[in-house]
Amino acid sequence: MNLVVAKTETGRALSDIFDVARDRLPGGGKVADARQQAFEIYERAGLPHRRIEDWKYTDLRVLMREVLPPAPAPDAAAVKRAGSALKPHAIAGARRLVLVDGVFAAQLSDTDDFEQGLSVRTLREVLEAGDAALQAQLLSPDSSDPMVALNSAMMTDGLVIEVADGVVLTKPLHIVHIATAAQPLAMFTRSLLKLGKTAGATLVESYIGADGVKAYQVHDSLLLTVGDGARLDHVRLIEDSREAFNICAAVVTLGAHAHFNTFGMTSGGNVSRYQAVIAVAGEHSRVETSGVNLLNGRQHADTTLFLDHAVPNGTSHEIFRAVVDDRGHSVFQGRIIVRPKAQKTDARMMTRALLLSDDAEADNKPELEIFADDVACGHGATTGALDESLLFYLRARGLSEKEAQALLIQAFVGEAIEQIASDDLRGLAISAAERWLAARS
Amino acid sequence: MSLLEVKDLQVRVDEREILHGLSLTVNAGEVHAIMGPNGSGKSTLSHVIAGKPGYEVTGGEILFKGEDLLEMSPDERAVKGVFLAFQYPVEIPGVTTINFLRTALNAQRKARGEAEFLVPDFLKKMRSVAGSLNIPMDMLKRGVNVGFSGGEKKRNEILQMALFEPSLCILDEMDSGLDIDALRVAADGVNALRSPERAMVVITHYQRLLNYIVPDVVHVMSKGRVVKSGGKELALELEASGYAQFEDAA
Repeated sequence: MNLVVAKTETGRALSDIFDVARDRLPGGGKVADARQQAFEIYERAGLPHRRIEDWKYTDLRVLMREVLPPAPAPDAAAVKRAGSALKPHAIAGARRLVLVDGVFAAQLSDTDDFEQGLSVRTLREVLEAGDAALQAQLLSPDSSDPMVALNSAMMTDGLVIEVADGVVLTKPLHIVHIATAAQPLAMFTRSLLKLGKTAGATLVESYIGADGVKAYQVHDSLLLTVGDGARLDHVRLIEDSREAFNICAAVVTLGAHAHFNTFGMTSGGNVSRYQAVIAVAGEHSRVETSGVNLLNGRQHADTTLFLDHAVPNGTSHEIFRAVVDDRGHSVFQGRIIVRPKAQKTDARMMTRALLLSDDAEADNKPELEIFADDVACGHGATTGALDESLLFYLRARGLSEKEAQALLIQAFVGEAIEQIASDDLRGLAISAAERWLAARS
Repeated sequence: MSLLEVKDLQVRVDEREILHGLSLTVNAGEVHAIMGPNGSGKSTLSHVIAGKPGYEVTGGEILFKGEDLLEMSPDERAVKGVFLAFQYPVEIPGVTTINFLRTALNAQRKARGEAEFLVPDFLKKMRSVAGSLNIPMDMLKRGVNVGFSGGEKKRNEILQMALFEPSLCILDEMDSGLDIDALRVAADGVNALRSPERAMVVITHYQRLLNYIVPDVVHVMSKGRVVKSGGKELALELEASGYAQFEDAA
């Protein structure tokens, strides 16, 4: 029986786009086949909507409506504009790797003096000429999620970074995603960071828009592999333009005795969604994941975490904070699964939301599925307003209403920022929060 | 001109009138004590002067240095020199005391058009003030009032008073929850801030505090009015005879 798939107007448009783009997308053979399959999966499902449980609070059919055509490779003018947009986000001492409109821009990146044991290539290079194992890993994300499938079909560029066994990078890696297009266009990127045994690295990701960009779409995915005894510190800062869409999925796999400390903050963008699947696949591994949404206007930000404890003796701590003003909408979905073998798991999750206006909305959905009997698991969720007695105390000491609110908001999100391991990285998060607070008053 | 003039003040909370035409004049350099039983409206008066939301002023006025205080937001009052030492100072987790003090001091200075303190200058000033109040540095690194004892919280209020240098200090039940040693330390801190330019209004139930902070004028409040004013000997008289005699007078 032939199944006739009804397409919306936008679905048809995208299928035309894929037909045109496929020949220019990197990778032939298996890669091209995988793209085709992934696109078919996406086409059947379409944009996720509220009747799909994982996307219940973030209905992309309503919020995003359509997937835009891919942006062209940046020209010299675009790279120049990206260069000036970068400046306020530069991190001293970091190795900067820049994607402009979804394409690696060597001119803006630090590609000299690679440390021994560090390999950095572009996604394009690896898909065109990489080894089969690496290609297979890049194609591994589960395409049952339509947005992951779309990303697999359309991925254009990104970074493939490998850190050899025993190598601890002293310079943080800073991947910057910059949109420059003056028309509403989309970027499709995928990056991979692979840490060998006992390796160590710091990865910072920034998402920004150059001045004057339109309602662009970021479609990104990130694969992280943390080897046995390795340690990864990860910070992602979403400071996209206020009209932008940012849809990102991360897949993280931890070996034994590994340590993964991750923090994400969304203060920019119009609609954003970050979903991370973190698999604790080796014993005695530790995950600290924390996040902050700072939203106002009509911003919508969704953080969906899935922590999968598959083996014994794992530890995971999740702390999430949302501050929502005006008609903003924050979503936190935190799912923890402790599989039958994962005895002695210690998994905790705490999410709190602060609503600054009557129209602000925060949805917190913690889910614990525990199949082992000797574990310590807990979760909590609260939603509330700023404490009037604290505000009055601060105002009686000379702080204006905005200043008093700012101090209490900083304290509130500070509990999540505190979980970042290093002072320098904490400083980045604090600066991003300060930029949001300053723009507010 | 008087520093503070409260004229025929009428205040309601949730439809219930708490102050029924209260008048009070405080001049620079003076220390006034306001005594009275529970529910006489002492704390309401201090809250209305500081600008706490939730009180409806239905009549009368409050002038501070000749300006209409009731027209000002709580922060504008603080900037002009009004300071309320809270009966129950709030705890603010996540905001270190040092950060709070510096933010508040600089917010006031900025609003007055004065230069903000840079970190080293601020720390120097704070260390010297904290030292005179026996406040250790590690206490200042903790969240504002978080885990502080009753005495520590009150000392933290006095520390702020010393740093901000207000011209009017209202001390709301400063003695509540303090043992005699803590009370003495707090009172010494307050006495050190007495000056010809500054006035203080000390609100208390008990005469005991006034042994340490000796007032120039004592007012007795009952049922939302000042029913008697006199010198410091009035406090001793009250201690002997109690408030009952004024319940009828009001």
